[in-house]
Amino acid sequence: MQTRFLQGLKDGIGIALGYISVSFTFGIAAVSSGVPVWAAVLISMTNVTSAGQFAGLPLIVASAPYIEMILTQLVINIRYSLMSLSLTQKLDSSFTLIDRLLISFMNTDEIFAVASSAADTGRGSSSYGKYVSRSYMYGLILLPFLGWVFGTFLGAAAGSLLPNFLQSAFGIMIYGMFIAIIIPPSKKMKTIRMVVIVSAILSCIFTFVPILNNISSGFSIIICTLISAAIAAVLFPIEQNDTQLKQNEEEKTI
Amino acid sequence: MIDSSFFVYLALMAGVTYIIRMVPLTFFNKKIKNKYVQSFLFYIPYAVLSCMTFPAVFSATSNLYSAVAGVIVAVILAFYEKSLIVVAISSCAGVLIVDFILKFI
Repeated sequence: MQTRFLQGLKDGIGIALGYISVSFTFGIAAVSSGVPVWAAVLISMTNVTSAGQFAGLPLIVASAPYIEMILTQLVINIRYSLMSLSLTQKLDSSFTLIDRLLISFMNTDEIFAVASSAADTGRGSSSYGKYVSRSYMYGLILLPFLGWVFGTFLGAAAGSLLPNFLQSAFGIMIYGMFIAIIIPPSKKMKTIRMVVIVSAILSCIFTFVPILNNISSGFSIIICTLISAAIAAVLFPIEQNDTQLKQNEEEKTI
Repeated sequence: MIDSSFFVYLALMAGVTYIIRMVPLTFFNKKIKNKYVQSFLFYIPYAVLSCMTFPAVFSATSNLYSAVAGVIVAVILAFYEKSLIVVAISSCAGVLIVDFILKFI
């Protein structure tokens, strides 16, 4: 049991380091939009989701309607339900209801990717078959959680001290990461490329075309996402084996 | 800017995000078979990230020129599959350099 926990810890180090830099930019973004340090840290401790937190910030600052916050989080984070669903297939028999309740809190893109590969390679559990054990999962999520919270604190605390030209440069950091996530799979799969391009065009339309640009940014992200993902799902449905293959490709890019 | 409504927003954000992750992980044990639903969920992260990035990224820095430079750097490095951190930091460096040059023009 202990070796699985240590294996998990080890696998979590890389994720934790990545999280420190992402949550650092979240901390900066939070403070520069007027959210105090303690509130930024509290958001990170309770959410642990980059896109959702970044999208939630302007809604908090603008005192947007609560329903907009609910729908924004729902649409941006709905992908986690697919990952959670997929992860259920990889948990060995050691998981209790409480374990499932705890682990789902930390089922991020990266944790999911690493847990899946640990299951597939057999390093996640001593049971026969492609599973992860509960001690492995607890080891895996520990450091990334701490990294996420600590990075937010650092960014929020240091962010307010940064000179303007550095704030300008850091402003692009999260978008740099988003670009780094969407470009490699776009290169390999034409369908993802189409989704990325159609989404960007729709999003520009909702930003610049009169009347449409009265729609708040939270809702326009929801609308653009639903439209382009739905079009792609109807035009280019993916077979089951394909999806798994693509998830493996995704892992490499993360 | 931060008042008691902050805690309502916090609870909504955290609650919705947690429920999305928790419900399938805790209560489902079958796989989704419908390929359209499956595909829809598969495409969502790319659609979301692209919508959030464009056109917002072009107003993320102090001026359009440095933002364009940052995007170009990010796209090129991402195309060659550099890691997230390398792409992000290089993109920042691109912005810094262009902002710096613009001061002298």
